[in-house]
Amino acid sequence: MNTLFGEKKAKAEKMVFKSVNEYPEAPITLGTTLSNFTGDWRTFMPVVDESKCVRCYICWKFCPEPAIYIKEDGYVAVDYDYCKGCGICANECPTKAISMVREEK
Amino acid sequence: MVPLEEVTKMELPADVKKRLTLPFEEHFYAGHTACQGCGAALGLRYVLKAYGGKAIFAIPACCSTIIAGPWPYSALNAPLFHTAFETTGAVISGIEAALKAKGYKVKGEDGIMVVGWAGDGGTADIGLQALSGFLERGHDALYIMYDNEAYMNTGIQRSSSTPYGAWTTNTPGGKKHFLEQKPKKKVIDIVIAHKPAYAATASVAYPEDFMRKLKKAQTIKGPAFIQLFTPCPTGWRSPTDKSIELARLAVQTAYFPLFEYENGKYKINMPSPNKEPKPLEEYLKLQGRFKYMTKEDVEILQEWVLKEWEELKKKAELFG
Amino acid sequence: MPKKVVSGNYAAAYAAKHARVEVVAAYPITPQTSIIEKIAEFIANGEVENLQYVPVESEHSAMAACIGASATGARAFTATSAQGLALMHEMLHWAAGARLPIVMVDVNRAMAPPWSVWDDQTDSLAQRDTGWMQFYAENNQEVYDGVLMAFKIAEHEKVNLPVMVVESAFILSHTYDVVDMPEQEEIDEFLPPRKPLYTLTDFENPFSVGALGTPADYYEFRYKIAEAMEEAKKVIKEVGREYGERFGRDYSQMIELYRTDDAEIVFMGMGSLMGTVKEAVDMLRSEGYKVGAAKVRWFRPFPKEELYELAKNVEGIAVLDRNFSFGQEGILFNEAKGALYNTDAKPIMKNYIVGLGGRDLTVNDIKAITKNMKEIIEKGKLDREIEWYHLKR
Repeated sequence: MNTLFGEKKAKAEKMVFKSVNEYPEAPITLGTTLSNFTGDWRTFMPVVDESKCVRCYICWKFCPEPAIYIKEDGYVAVDYDYCKGCGICANECPTKAISMVREEK
Repeated sequence: MVPLEEVTKMELPADVKKRLTLPFEEHFYAGHTACQGCGAALGLRYVLKAYGGKAIFAIPACCSTIIAGPWPYSALNAPLFHTAFETTGAVISGIEAALKAKGYKVKGEDGIMVVGWAGDGGTADIGLQALSGFLERGHDALYIMYDNEAYMNTGIQRSSSTPYGAWTTNTPGGKKHFLEQKPKKKVIDIVIAHKPAYAATASVAYPEDFMRKLKKAQTIKGPAFIQLFTPCPTGWRSPTDKSIELARLAVQTAYFPLFEYENGKYKINMPSPNKEPKPLEEYLKLQGRFKYMTKEDVEILQEWVLKEWEELKKKAELFG
Repeated sequence: MPKKVVSGNYAAAYAAKHARVEVVAAYPITPQTSIIEKIAEFIANGEVENLQYVPVESEHSAMAACIGASATGARAFTATSAQGLALMHEMLHWAAGARLPIVMVDVNRAMAPPWSVWDDQTDSLAQRDTGWMQFYAENNQEVYDGVLMAFKIAEHEKVNLPVMVVESAFILSHTYDVVDMPEQEEIDEFLPPRKPLYTLTDFENPFSVGALGTPADYYEFRYKIAEAMEEAKKVIKEVGREYGERFGRDYSQMIELYRTDDAEIVFMGMGSLMGTVKEAVDMLRSEGYKVGAAKVRWFRPFPKEELYELAKNVEGIAVLDRNFSFGQEGILFNEAKGALYNTDAKPIMKNYIVGLGGRDLTVNDIKAITKNMKEIIEKGKLDREIEWYHLKR
């Protein structure tokens, strides 16, 4: 699965409330922020060059979203639904395996 | 809300898991609205990793109020009580007292961690009284002050944690050279004056060290305090990809040294007391908020850094 | 249990103990201190189990700590007065907004400056918009009963709002009176352990409380508080009736009526001053005056319906306010007048501002007010709407 959050991401949806009866009695949350795809914030997107990647997982460690996940084969991948394109991963990668590429929308 | 078991149920091969220096499980949900490159969001992600969903959080007014998600969404896979600006220390005291009254185990391996997660404004200024009360009364909880050195959520106003020479919206430089004139308040020293069970500084550039300190806070009885250095590209006018680099340079220049206080003893983690710290310039030049400083201003700040560093080294020698 | 001779403050402390409160976070202020001291004594003597006492460093933190505790599912209690209550103001809104059934005793005391430690209602009434329910006790027994009932009402599944039990500084807090306290087993039956609306110990399905509510959602949450306050009227009556059935003192009336059936003039007010008024009513009745007393027990929610029932049968209501809202009038007067505006009950209503800062209200004062009201009723119009009765002229 190309995501960190498994089924939760699939199940997450935006909620709209039409009547006061749909609200909980106290202001407690009912879902997660996973339904908010922040990927559209990006100007640049990180691209992983697996030939240079040494699987140190520093990028996974330092992503503030987090939007970098580890695949079963041990290499990393980016969840572009959430990645905001901050570039920390590219800046921290010790082998420069990640480059920030201007995204064409 | 998502049941605990569903969080990252992905199975990783053993050899991959072995190479991870942090717990694999994620308890912080993406889709939150932190700025690109936000140190605070990363810090919160680490805290949630450390306590694996068995922690109750209290967050006052600060950037994390927004990062935690607008109703009806939450970015944390943990119970969270949003509270008023100055009350973090008092609210975590109340939560801890309730857990004890009801017979829950607090702290320890299988106990519940009570964590206050507050910004520098909500701690060093308006929240100082409640923090002091919390420390003095000795509650079994953890207070983390994440330090981005200004009131960022309200649009970058100075706090007592803002360093000398920094631009903020209410110390904006200008023709009369009105930059921040006061040195950064040493909240960690105020905390240590209370002789808490455990106090430490940490930085998001050194997450393994931060994790270790979080584990200590979990096992040592009594009140714990961690000041976490969390760069803010928006408020510091720094490139979003440099946040970790800045969090690292702050430590390497001894501007924000990492150390611990436990049982009356000081222990410096980083940078090494036996080497010259990096020149402050390397740290300052990456941030737009320092560009209005004159050469004299920079010297003053560099001197302050080295003086504080000497003081800390002496404390570590004397009370090591 | 044999009756105890206790001060109002001790009565409050005993009630909190018998209600099996779990967290008390409080800060000292005259004349509340003996409530907290008594509770500390219970702990020191091993008389309570599972009570965490948090000696916080300010009243603002006291309410914040109670809020943290209550959100974690515990039964939380505190007490304060005047300046302390005012300092808590921000967190009073928070407690109601987070729907937490905290019970607090406020010892009515005048607001400074000038400094004063004496009886005055402005402190509690200034908090009337926060979403807290307010119960005014006439005597020490009512302080005790009020605190016990407050927990049951606050924690009711249709309410989930905090309750303030208000008693007079020194007149009740420090004077001793006979208070009947039921047996602990009887109280446990009346007040079982709290079933929280939500709790922060829910790790299975964690949520946040009080996140950002945009204009698209905030409005509905406020309506829910308003709705709960309306429901509370029914709950108050139910619990008041149950209390009477179990313990012999009925509190099903939100306004206690004393000899009002054929009264021409009714004195309306809150708190301990109504005890004096009842004495005066008896004296005046024996002199032939047709007077009665309407003691408003619950100020929030405001008992509009009961007020109407009373007002449509009397000619004149003298509202005694031991408080004042500057730029307007006495607060009880203002609210009562407003509550009757859209009804067909139009008694003559006059506002007497009495006893501010603890100035004594005597039976002779009530007699003088009676004469004044009689003149007004004969003339058919008010001499003045607001009378600063105790002013030295």
